Amino acid sequence: MESQEKIKIRVCQGTTCFVMGASRLEGLETQIPPQWRQKVEISAQPCLGMCQKAGFMKAPFVRIGDEIIGSATVDSVLEKLSGIFK
Amino acid sequence: MPTETNTVLLRREVIVRLIKGFLSDSFRKRADDLPFDMRPKYAEVPFRCCIHKERAILRERAIAVLGASVEQDDDKTPLGEYAQKSLDRKAPDQTVLTVVETACQGCTPNRIYVTDLCQGCVARPCTSACAFGAVSIKNGRSVIDGSKCKGCTKCMQVCPYGAIVKIKVPCEDACPVGAIAKNEKGHAQIDFSRCLSCGACVARCPFGAVAEKSQIIDILKALQSDKKVVALLAPAAAGQMPVGLGRIASGLIKAGFDAVLEVAQGADITAKTEAKDFQERMERGDSFMTTSCCAAYRELVKKSVPELRPYVSDTATPMHYTAQLAKRKYPDCVTVFVGPCVAKRMEGLQDGYIDYVMNFEEMGALFVALSIELSACEEYVFETPSSKQGRNFAVTGGVAESIRVAGSTGVSDFRPVCVDGLNAKVIREMTLWAKKKATVPGNIIEVMACTGGCVSGAGCLNNQKAAAKKVTAYAEQGAELTPDPANGELEKK
Repeated sequence: MESQEKIKIRVCQGTTCFVMGASRLEGLETQIPPQWRQKVEISAQPCLGMCQKAGFMKAPFVRIGDEIIGSATVDSVLEKLSGIFK
Repeated sequence: MPTETNTVLLRREVIVRLIKGFLSDSFRKRADDLPFDMRPKYAEVPFRCCIHKERAILRERAIAVLGASVEQDDDKTPLGEYAQKSLDRKAPDQTVLTVVETACQGCTPNRIYVTDLCQGCVARPCTSACAFGAVSIKNGRSVIDGSKCKGCTKCMQVCPYGAIVKIKVPCEDACPVGAIAKNEKGHAQIDFSRCLSCGACVARCPFGAVAEKSQIIDILKALQSDKKVVALLAPAAAGQMPVGLGRIASGLIKAGFDAVLEVAQGADITAKTEAKDFQERMERGDSFMTTSCCAAYRELVKKSVPELRPYVSDTATPMHYTAQLAKRKYPDCVTVFVGPCVAKRMEGLQDGYIDYVMNFEEMGALFVALSIELSACEEYVFETPSSKQGRNFAVTGGVAESIRVAGSTGVSDFRPVCVDGLNAKVIREMTLWAKKKATVPGNIIEVMACTGGCVSGAGCLNNQKAAAKKVTAYAEQGAELTPDPANGELEKK
C-alpha cells in the first residue's frame, strides 16, 4: 500500500513549542513542493515531550519519520525532506 | 503583530531564562550569565557582526525584562545588579517602553530614493511631476535632491518602471503621532510626552529595538507572597494558544494565581454603561460619541487631541471594571491584567485597581519556564460567565456591536463606524470631526489603535488572523448580552 510509505511529519503543538515559535510552521503544508506532497503526511501533535528532554531553547520540535529536529522552521523541515528524497 | 520573527523569539527566550533565574536560588548569577548562556564561547553568531554585539544586545533585552530603562543604563552595571533592583523595588517604573539602543540599526532617514532600475527615459515624468523641483537628471539618471524633496511620492507614482521607492524607518513609519525618531547619537529615541504606548514600534521594528519594560519579576514576587493574586484575562486571550481560554486559565492557576476572571465580564459592564452613555449623549444632541476602551486612544486624546475629549464616552474600561470586581471579591488581592496590549501597561499604572500588567508573551514564557503543558490542564470554570458580545471586544467591530446589543431598547439611530488602527491620517480626520469641520460618517465611533483590534496587540503570542478566528469561535459559545444596566454601582474611576 502506497499510503503506508508516506513519511509522517508531526509538528509539536505543545505549549512550549507553540510559545517558542511553532506557529511559524503553520504554512508548512502549503510550502511542500508538489512532487513531495503525495509522499508526506503532516499533522499536529499535542506534545512530543522533547522540551523536557532537550530544553525549551530547542523548541519548536518536529518529528520527521523517526527523527526529531529542534528549532524547526519551514526551511529546516524542507531541507531534511530534500535529504530523504534524494 | 507580525508572525513570530527571530526578534520575537529572542525576546521570549530572555523572558523564560529570567523567570527560571528568579525561581532558582541564584537569580543574580543567572542574570549575569544570561548573555553568555545564550551565546556561549565559539557559538554561532546568527544575526549580528560578532558574538560580543549579540551579547551586548541580549544584556539590554534583559534589562528591559527586568523592568528598567536601557536609556539610563551605563553599559557597565552587571545584570545581576538589575536583577537585585527588580527584587527590591516596590512598584514598577512609570514609563512602559524602552529603546534597546545597541539593537537599534539607526536606519537611514525616511526618504524617496531613485534605484538602479531607473532607465533614464526620455519622457522623464518624474521631473515634471515634482512640484518642488527636487528631481533632476544627472549622468542620464534621475536624482532626488533631499533638501528640496517633501516626500509627496508623486515621482514614485508616475515612474513607468517603478524605479523610485520610499525608504522607511519602520518605527517612525509605524508611530501614529511622531513620538519616535533618531536622536543625535544615531539611534531611536521615544518622546514620552507624545508616546501613546500603542506598541506599533515594538511590533514593527525588524531589529527588535523597542522593548516593553516588563513587570514579570514584580508579578513573580507577588505570586510568592502571602497575598491572593488574581489574573484578569483579556478577551484576546481566547485566541492565543492551541487550547481554549479555560485551559489557559487553569495554566495560570498552576503557575500560582489564586483565581482567574475573564475581562469579558467587565466588557459586558462597559457595553451596558456605554450604551446608556450613548443614549444620553444622543438625546442631548451630540453629533457622535467615541468608545473609551482602547488605552492608546485614551492617551491620544489626553496628549495630542484634546478637542476629542468631550466626545469620548466616560465609561471605564473592561480592565477597570473587572479589577474592581476582583478587589471586591478578594479584598487585599493583587490584580494582574493579562493582555495583548502595551498601552494597558500605561493604563494599569494609572488605575488604582490594577497592580500589574503581564502580556501574553510573558504569560507564555511563564508556562514554558514552569513546564506547564496546557493541553494537560483541566478546563477552568469561570464563576461569572461572560456574554458573546463581551468576548468579542478584542476584534474590530466587536465593541460597537456590543453597544448596539446592550442599548437595543434605547436609541434607534445607531450608525457605527470603526476606526480600525490609528495613523496620522485618521487622527487628522477625527480632529476635524471634533472641530465640526468635517462630516462625521456615523454617530458611534469605535476606536482601535491596532488594526484588527486587540488581537493585533504587540504583546500577542499568536498571529492576528488565527487569534481573531478563535476569539470569534469562543464568542459564539457565549450567551447574548442582556440589555439591563445592572452594574450601575461600580465606580467609573
